Amino acid sequence: MTTPAAPPRTSATGTPHTRREGRAKVTGEARYTGDIPFAELAHGWLVTSTVARGRIRSVDTDTVLAMPGVLAVLHPGNALRLTPGAGLMGPDANLQLLQDDRVPHVGWPVALVVAETQEQARAGADALVITYDEEPYDTAFRADHPGLRPTAPSPLAMPDVDQGDPDAELAASAVVVDREYTTPEEFHNAMEPHAAMARWENGRLEVVDSNQGSYAVAQVLAALFSLDADTVRVRSEHVGGGFGSKGLRLPHTVLAVMATTILHRPVRVVLTRRQMFSLVGHRPATAQRVRLGADADGRLRVVEHETASPTSTVHEFAEQSTRHSRTLYAADAFRLRTRVVPLDVPTPGFMRAPGWAPGSFAVESAMDELAAEVGVDPIALRLRNEPETGPVSGLPFSSRNLVACLEEGARRFGWADRDPRPGVRRDGRWLLGTGVAAAAHSAGVGASTAAITAEADGTYTVRVTAADIGTGARTALGQIAADALEVSPESVRIRIADSDFGLAWLAGGSMGTASWAWAINEAAVALRKKLADLPGDMADLPPEGVTAHADTTELLAAREQRESHGYGAQFAEVAVDPASGEVRVRRMLGIFAVGRVVNPLTARNQFIGGMTWGLSMALHEEGVRDDASGGLANGDLAGYHVAANADVPLIEADWIDEHDTYNPSGIKGLGEIGIVGGAAAVANAVWHATGVRHRHLPISLERVLSGGRR
Amino acid sequence: MREFDYRRAADAHEAVALLSGEPEARFLGGGTNLVDLMKTGVENPALLVDVRGLPLDRIEVAGDGALTIGATMTNSDLAAHPEVRHRYPALAEAVLAGASGQLRNMATVGGNLLQRTRCGYFTDLSRPCNKREPGSGCSALNGEHHNHAILGWSEHCVATNPSDMAVALAAFDAVVRVLTPEGSAEIPLADFYLPVGDTPHRETALPDGALITGVTLPAAPVAARSRYRKVRERASYAFANGSIAAALHVEDGTVRDVRIAFGAVASRPWRAREAERALIGGPATPEAFAAAADAELAAARPLAHNGYKVPLIRNLVVSTLTELQEAAR
Repeated sequence: MTTPAAPPRTSATGTPHTRREGRAKVTGEARYTGDIPFAELAHGWLVTSTVARGRIRSVDTDTVLAMPGVLAVLHPGNALRLTPGAGLMGPDANLQLLQDDRVPHVGWPVALVVAETQEQARAGADALVITYDEEPYDTAFRADHPGLRPTAPSPLAMPDVDQGDPDAELAASAVVVDREYTTPEEFHNAMEPHAAMARWENGRLEVVDSNQGSYAVAQVLAALFSLDADTVRVRSEHVGGGFGSKGLRLPHTVLAVMATTILHRPVRVVLTRRQMFSLVGHRPATAQRVRLGADADGRLRVVEHETASPTSTVHEFAEQSTRHSRTLYAADAFRLRTRVVPLDVPTPGFMRAPGWAPGSFAVESAMDELAAEVGVDPIALRLRNEPETGPVSGLPFSSRNLVACLEEGARRFGWADRDPRPGVRRDGRWLLGTGVAAAAHSAGVGASTAAITAEADGTYTVRVTAADIGTGARTALGQIAADALEVSPESVRIRIADSDFGLAWLAGGSMGTASWAWAINEAAVALRKKLADLPGDMADLPPEGVTAHADTTELLAAREQRESHGYGAQFAEVAVDPASGEVRVRRMLGIFAVGRVVNPLTARNQFIGGMTWGLSMALHEEGVRDDASGGLANGDLAGYHVAANADVPLIEADWIDEHDTYNPSGIKGLGEIGIVGGAAAVANAVWHATGVRHRHLPISLERVLSGGRR
Repeated sequence: MREFDYRRAADAHEAVALLSGEPEARFLGGGTNLVDLMKTGVENPALLVDVRGLPLDRIEVAGDGALTIGATMTNSDLAAHPEVRHRYPALAEAVLAGASGQLRNMATVGGNLLQRTRCGYFTDLSRPCNKREPGSGCSALNGEHHNHAILGWSEHCVATNPSDMAVALAAFDAVVRVLTPEGSAEIPLADFYLPVGDTPHRETALPDGALITGVTLPAAPVAARSRYRKVRERASYAFANGSIAAALHVEDGTVRDVRIAFGAVASRPWRAREAERALIGGPATPEAFAAAADAELAAARPLAHNGYKVPLIRNLVVSTLTELQEAAR
C-alpha cells in the first residue's frame, strides 16, 4: 500500500521549544500550591524544636487555643497515629511526625497550629510555649568521630569495593597523591517553599502538593495513614524547583493530611524558608580521603576513595560520594568506602547530583594534583586513564564520550595555549588561572506508565505522572509524544502531576524524562496500532476517543546490564585577589555527552543552572552549625549565600551528538550533571592562579587569605 | 507580627510630636530593615510614624562648601547626586556597594544610620543576645562569628555595624543633625555611635524621641580623591567582611591629608585615627601605608574565627592608599 506523499515533518525533538507554561509563569497566571484558593481553607503553621536533643516535657496549648482564629494545636499528645515503615525508598522515620516526645535535632516538628488565617496560625505558633527536658547533644561532624560506622544496607547504598590489591599497587606506584577533601552542609533552597493542601472529598483524600512525583507521594501517604492506594489522589499544578528536596521528606504534606483528617476541613501547610533548612533533606557535609597511586606517566594503579558524612539519629542517609570513582578512571585496584556518623542533626537527603557533586570535587581535585605531581597536562592525564569497560562494574558502556567532551571543551576553551605553571598570570590585583574537571552522572530509568488518547477532534492527550519542577518537562514530553505520534507538538496536550495517572518515576536522579519518554513512546506505538486496527479512519473516533496504555516495568526488567552514564567536561577561568581573598569566576564552559537532547533550549538552561550551582558550591555555599545550640547559625538566605547574578559570569554549555539506545528513547538524562565537576574545575583554576590548593569548600575569603587551610 | 498603628507626619516637628510620649513607637523610613525585624519579632512597635514623606529629601550646599544631606533622601538619590559624586566619591561608592538597587530606592539616609546589626543571633529569637535582650548573654562570642568585630568589642557583644554609607561619613567627619521636642541639635558621627561596653542595646547617642533630620559633611578638599572598597563573600547582595573608605592628598611624596575609616570591624564605623596620625607628614609609600595599618590594628583583638580580618584590613589599607596615590599622579 502506498500513501500520498506528505510534506516532510520536522522532528520536534532536537529543536528548541519555549516552555508550554512559559506565558502563564511570566504573567503570574501559573499557580503554585501556596497560591491556590480553596473554600473553607484552614492554615497550619509548623512549630519546630529549639533544642538539639531531649524530650518534650509540656506543650501549653490552652493559651494558644484561646487566641483569635486558632482551631487546633496538634502535638505528640493528640496527633493521629501513623503507620510505621512508610517511606519513599524504604522506611523513613522522618515521616513519623508528632508520634512521640523525642526531639532528635533543632528544627524538628513538635507541633502544628491550625487557624482560620495564616497570620493567626503563625501568631499561635509564635506564642506556643513548649518546655523540654534537654539532653547533651553532639552535632559536630568529623571524619575521625568515634561514631563513624559503615552504612546499613539500603537500596541507595553503594557497596564498599575491594578490587585488585590496593596495598600492593600503592607500594608499586611511582607517585601517590593522598589527600583529604571536605565539603560543608549545603541546602537546595528551591524558590518555591514546600506547600501542601489536603482535604477529604467524596471519600477520597485529595492533596495538592509541591513535589517531584505525585504518584510516589500518594503511595507514601496511603501507607502512612493506612489508606487504600486508590483513596489517595495527589496532584500539583506548578512546582517552583525541587532539586531533590521535594520527594523524600514531606512534613508539610503529612501534617496537612493529619490536620484535615482531624478537623474535617481543608488545611494547607507551607514551610518557611528557615524550616526548609532542617526538614527537607540537605546535602550533608563530607570528609573524603582520596589516594591515587600512579606510574610515573600518570597511569593509575589504584584508586582509593573513602567518604564520610553525618546522618541523623532518625534515619540513615549517606552521601554516596564514591559513585564518581566507580565510573571515571581505569585502575588496577580499587578500595571504596562509605561511612556515616550519626549525630543530633537533621537527616540529610538528595540534593542535586547527590554523591556525584561532592565526590567529583574530591576525585577531580586529586586528579589535578596528580597531574601536577607527574607533570602531565590534566586533560592528557584523564585521557591516559580512559577505561574500556566500567572500571568497577566491568560492564560494557552503553555509551561513553568523555574523551570527546574533554577534547571539544579543550578546543573551545583554548586549553592548548595554557601555561601549566601556577601563580604566574596577573591582571592588575588579580591572579588568573584555568582549571578542568571531568563530570559524570548515572543515566537511569525508572518504571513508568503512560496513557495517550486520540481525541475525537484529532488532537492527542498524554497522561503521565510526570512532574515539571521548572525543568521544562511538560514541553519536552510534548515534543517526544509528537514525534512518537508523528504529529505536531501543538496537537498534543500534556497532562502531568496527578497520581491518578498511575505509576511513574519521579523528577529525580536525572531519570524523569528518560523514564516518562520510554513509556510515552510505548503508549504511542500501542495507540497507533489500535488506530490502524480501527475500521474507518480518524474522523470516525468515538466521542471519548481511543486510549492506549503502556507500562515499562517488564521492559526495564528485561534489559541487559550496562554501565550507563552521562559524561562531561567542565572548564573554568578564575581571578583571585590574594590581598583581599576575593575569588571571581570569569568564565565557565561545560561540554556534555548525555544521549539525545530533546529540547536544546531547556537543556542548556539545565546545564547552565547546574554549572551555576557548581560555582556556588565552590565559592559560597556553607551551612554553619552552631555548636552552642546545635542549630544552623545561618539558616536563611541572608546568612546562607548562594551565587548571585554578579557572581555568575559568562557560562557556556553545549553537548556533543551521542546516540545511545540503551533506553530506546535515546535519552540519558541531563538534569544534574551540570553541577558535577564544577566545583573542582573552579578549585583547580584557583590553584593554577595562585599555586595554593584548596581542598576545603567553599573557597572563602578567609581560606584564600589563610592559604587554603581547613 | 504585633498589630501596630501607623501615622504619617507632614513635617519634622509633627513627626517628633507624634512620637513623643510613645515609648513603643518607631520612625519608619524606607522600612528596609525595620519591617524585616518586625516580621521576625525582633522589633514590636505599637506605632509607626512614617517620615519618608518629610521634605528632607535634598542636599543643601553651604557657602563654605559643606553639604547637608536630608535624612529622607534615598540612598539611590544620594549616590547619584553630582556634588556627592564629585566631591565625596567614596560616599557615592559606599552607598552603591550596599544592598541592591531596589533597596537603595527605598532606604533613607537617616534609616541607613540607624540600621541594626546583621548578627544572626540578633534575629534568632531562640538564642541569647544582649543587644536584643539585655543580660541574656552573647551567643556570638563563642559561637559563629566569622564576620564579627575585631575592634572595640566587649564580652557583652561582638556584633558589627552593617552600614557602608556610615563608613564614608565617618571618614569625612560627618555631623548628624537631629530634632527633639526641645529643639535642634548636632551630634558628630564620632560620638553618634556609642561604645559597646556593657550596654550593647544602646547603640546611639540619639536622645529618646529624636528624629534625624540630616547629615552635614564639612568641606574637605581631600575627599575629592577618595575611594570606598568593600570586600565581601560574593560580588553583590552581601554585607562587608571588611571595607575601607579612604582619601589621600600627597604633595611631593609627603602625605598632607589623609582620611581612613573601616567597616565591618566594630560596632560602629571605625575611624582609623592612629593610622592617619602615622601617615601625616610622612612618605606616601606602601611601606608607610602598611606601618600605618599596623599602628591602627595594634588594638585589634580578633575572635577565634575572624582573625582573617586583620590581614584583610591591612591589605585594604595598603592597596587602597596605593591606588589613590597612583590615580593622583
